[in-house]
Amino acid sequence: MTALASIRNLTVTYRREGAEVAALRHISFDVAAGERLAIIGESGSGKSTLALAIAGLLPATAKIGGAIEWQMTEFRSSHAKDRQSFLVLNSLPLRGRDIGFVFQDPSASLDPVMPIGKQIAEVARTHLGLDWRHAYARAKILLERVRLPDPDAALRAFPHQLSGGQKQRVAIAAAIAAGPKLLIADEATSALDTIVQAEIVGLIRRLVSEDGMTLLFISHDIGLAAELAERIAVFRHGELLELGATAQVISAPRHAYTRALLDANLGLDAEPLLQRT
Amino acid sequence: MTSPLLAVSGLTKRYSSGGKIIAAADDVSFHIEHGETLALAGPSGSGKSTIARLILRLIEADAGRIEFEGSDFLSLNGAALRDRRAHLQMVFQDPLAALNPRATVARVLDDPLRIHHIASRAERPRRIVALLERVGLSAGLAGRAIHEISGGQRQRVAIARAIATKPSLVVLDEAVSALDVSVRAQILRLLLDLQREERIAYLFISHDLGVVRAIAHRIAILDGGRIAESGDARTVIDAPQSAIGKALVAAAPKLSRIERDAS
Amino acid sequence: MSPLRRFLRTPEAIAGAVILTALAAVALAAPLFFPSDPQAIAGPALLSPFQDWSLPLGTDRLGRDVLAELFHGARTSLAVGLAAAATALAVGAVIGTLAGFAGGLVDEVLMRITDAFQTVPAFLLALAFVSIVGPSLGVVVAAIALGAWTGPARVARAEVLSIRERDFVAGARVIGMHPLEIALREVLPNALPPVLALSSVIVAAAILTEAALSFLGLGDPNRVTWGGMIAEGRAVLRTAPFLSIVPGIALVLTVLGVYLAGEGVVETAAVRKSLS
Repeated sequence: MTALASIRNLTVTYRREGAEVAALRHISFDVAAGERLAIIGESGSGKSTLALAIAGLLPATAKIGGAIEWQMTEFRSSHAKDRQSFLVLNSLPLRGRDIGFVFQDPSASLDPVMPIGKQIAEVARTHLGLDWRHAYARAKILLERVRLPDPDAALRAFPHQLSGGQKQRVAIAAAIAAGPKLLIADEATSALDTIVQAEIVGLIRRLVSEDGMTLLFISHDIGLAAELAERIAVFRHGELLELGATAQVISAPRHAYTRALLDANLGLDAEPLLQRT
Repeated sequence: MTSPLLAVSGLTKRYSSGGKIIAAADDVSFHIEHGETLALAGPSGSGKSTIARLILRLIEADAGRIEFEGSDFLSLNGAALRDRRAHLQMVFQDPLAALNPRATVARVLDDPLRIHHIASRAERPRRIVALLERVGLSAGLAGRAIHEISGGQRQRVAIARAIATKPSLVVLDEAVSALDVSVRAQILRLLLDLQREERIAYLFISHDLGVVRAIAHRIAILDGGRIAESGDARTVIDAPQSAIGKALVAAAPKLSRIERDAS
Repeated sequence: MSPLRRFLRTPEAIAGAVILTALAAVALAAPLFFPSDPQAIAGPALLSPFQDWSLPLGTDRLGRDVLAELFHGARTSLAVGLAAAATALAVGAVIGTLAGFAGGLVDEVLMRITDAFQTVPAFLLALAFVSIVGPSLGVVVAAIALGAWTGPARVARAEVLSIRERDFVAGARVIGMHPLEIALREVLPNALPPVLALSSVIVAAAILTEAALSFLGLGDPNRVTWGGMIAEGRAVLRTAPFLSIVPGIALVLTVLGVYLAGEGVVETAAVRKSLS
C-alpha cells in the first residue's frame, strides 16, 4: 500500500472569542493511494477541519501544527538523492488540480450568476491550460459522466434551474474537471433525500473507480459511509478514535463510541424504538 | 365510534412554476388518531412539507377539508384560529432558523404560556423551568441565548415550546434530520416518552425510512403530491408495494448488509 | 474582542469617534463655559478672532461672543440632527415593517404614501412644513424627519420581505402570536441592521437640513444655530468673513465625524458577521 498522504501529528486550533479551541489533536494516519476512506464523526468531531486541512483550505486564522506529507507521484523514488528531485516528488498538491472538493451545499459552492458549463470549463482552463473551446468540450463530457440529463442544455443552464441532486452532480463534475488524484466529499450527500443520496453515492463510487481517484468521504452517517468506503476512521472531539477496514469497524468496533454510533444508527434493519402494546 | 383527532380529505394545493401548474398536494386524504404517530415519507418535492404547512394553516389550501378535534379547522380565522393553535403545534427541521435568533431560551418558552394565558406572569418562570426539565434540560439554560446552545439542546427547546400549550397533535417536519445520530436517538426517545405520558399524536414528516420505522405506527408514502401507499409502518417498509416505496427502501443504507458480507 | 475595541481598529472610526466625542463634549459643556445667554452682547461689535483672549473667536455684528455661540450652536445642531434622524428611522422602520409583513392592500397603500413623500424634495417639504406651522425646535425636528423616513422605510420593507419567509416567523404564527406582535417584536428587530446602516447618512443630512432652515431664518428663533450664524455673517462677508467661516467649519467637521463613525460601525458589523 503506497500512501498518497501521510498525516503526521496534525493539530489545528482556532481562536474563538479570545480562547484557543483545538479542532484536531495529534492526528496521525495515512491515506492510501486509490482507497476509499470514510471519516466519520458528529458535529464538533473535527472531521470537516480535517477535510479542509488536507485540501489546504483552512482559514488563515487557524493555527496548524504537525505535517501532511504528500506523495503525489504514483511511486516513491528509491534514489531521490539530490535535493531537487526530492522537492519535486514531495511537492505540495495544488487544490483544484490535484484535489477536488465537493461541499455539502452545492448552492453555496456554485456561482449563481454563471452558466454551469462555464464554471466547469473554467476549472479545466485554469488547471489544464485548455482554450475555451476545448474546455467546454471537456465540460460537456463531464456533465455526461455525472449523468446529467441533456448535457447540451445543462451547459447553458444556471444553478437555480437545477434540482438539489443535479446541482451536486454539477459540483462533482467541477471538482473532477482537472483530473484530481484525490476527491474529498464533505457531507456531500447530507442535504439530499435518501433516493438522491443513494444515486450520488453510486456516482461517486463509479467516478472514483473509473479515474483511479482516492476518495475521502466525510460523513456523520456511519451506515452510508459503510456502504461506500473500504476503511473507516472514527473521530470524536478532535481525536481519531479508531481506523480500520469497514467490515471490522462495523462488526467488531474497538471503541465504545463507535459501538454507540452503530447502535444509534437507525437503518431499516434496526430494532424499532416504539414498543407496541 | 369517536371521530379521529385529525381527518384530512381531498387536500389540494397547486403552484404555478415557469408557466406549468404543479400540484404540491393532490387530493390527499388521511387521518390521525389520538396518541398515534403517522409518518409522511417521500423524496424531496413529494409534498410532505407542503402538507404540514397546509395543516398548520401557514399556507392555505386550494381545495379539501381538515377536521381537527371534531370541527372544521379551515373555517377558523383570526382570534379563533390563534386560540385553536394551542392544540396543534409544530417542530421544524432547523431549530436555529425556527426560533428567533435574538431570543433567550426563557423568552422562547414564555411566549406560548403568555399568549394562551396558561400561567400568570408571576408563575411563568416556574413553568418554564418545569418545561425545560420535562425535555431533559437544566433550568440554568433559561437565561442563555438561542444561538449559544447546542443543536440538540435547541431542538429540545423547540419541543418544550411545542408542548407548552398541551397540544393534542404535534407536526414534526424533519425534526430530527439535522441532528447528530446520537442526539437523534435521544430526541426520538423523548418524543416517545411524551407521547406515552401525554397522549400526543404526531404527524412525523421524514425522508428517512429508518427513523420512520423506529418511531411511527402508520405510514403514508408520498410521490408527486399524492399518497402512493399507506398502512402499518413496519408492514409497508418491510414489503413496499408502490414503485416509490420500493425505491426508498432500496436507497436506505443497511448495516446488516455489510456485516453479512464481512462474515 | 469587544465590539468597541473592534470598532476602534479602523482609522476612520478613530477619527470619527474623536470628532464626535469632542462635539458632544462641547455641546454638553456649553452651559458650564458660557453660562450666560449666548445671544447677549459680550463686547464691541465685529471684533476679529485672536485679538482679545476673553473673546478668542471675536464678536459678531451685535457684539455677541462667537465662541459662546459656536458652543451653544453645537447643542442645537446635534440635538436636532439626532432627534430628527431617530424619528425618521423609527417611523421608517415601523412603516416599512408593517408594509412588508402585511403585504396586499396595506403594503400597497403604505408604499404609495412613501412614493408620494419621496417625489417631493425633502428640503421643500421641510420648508413648507415649518412655514405653515411656525418655527420651533419640535417643528424643525418633525419637518426634517418628514422628508427622511422614506429611505429607512424602503430598506426595512425589503429586509422584511425576506425575513417573513423564515421559519421563526412561521413558528411564531404556529404558537398563535398576534400578527402585529410578530411584525413588531419578531420581525422588526431582525430587520434593523441594514436600516441602522443608513443612520449616519440620515443624521448628517438632518444636521445640514437644520442648518439650511436656520440659514433661511426658519430655525427656532430662541436658539443659536450654526446655520443662523452663517446667515448673520453673510451681511458682512467681505469685512468679517470669519463670522461665516467658523460655523461653516464646525458644520463640515460634524458631518465628517458622523460619516466616519458611521463607516466604522458598518465595518465593525461586517467583521462581526464574518466571525460568527
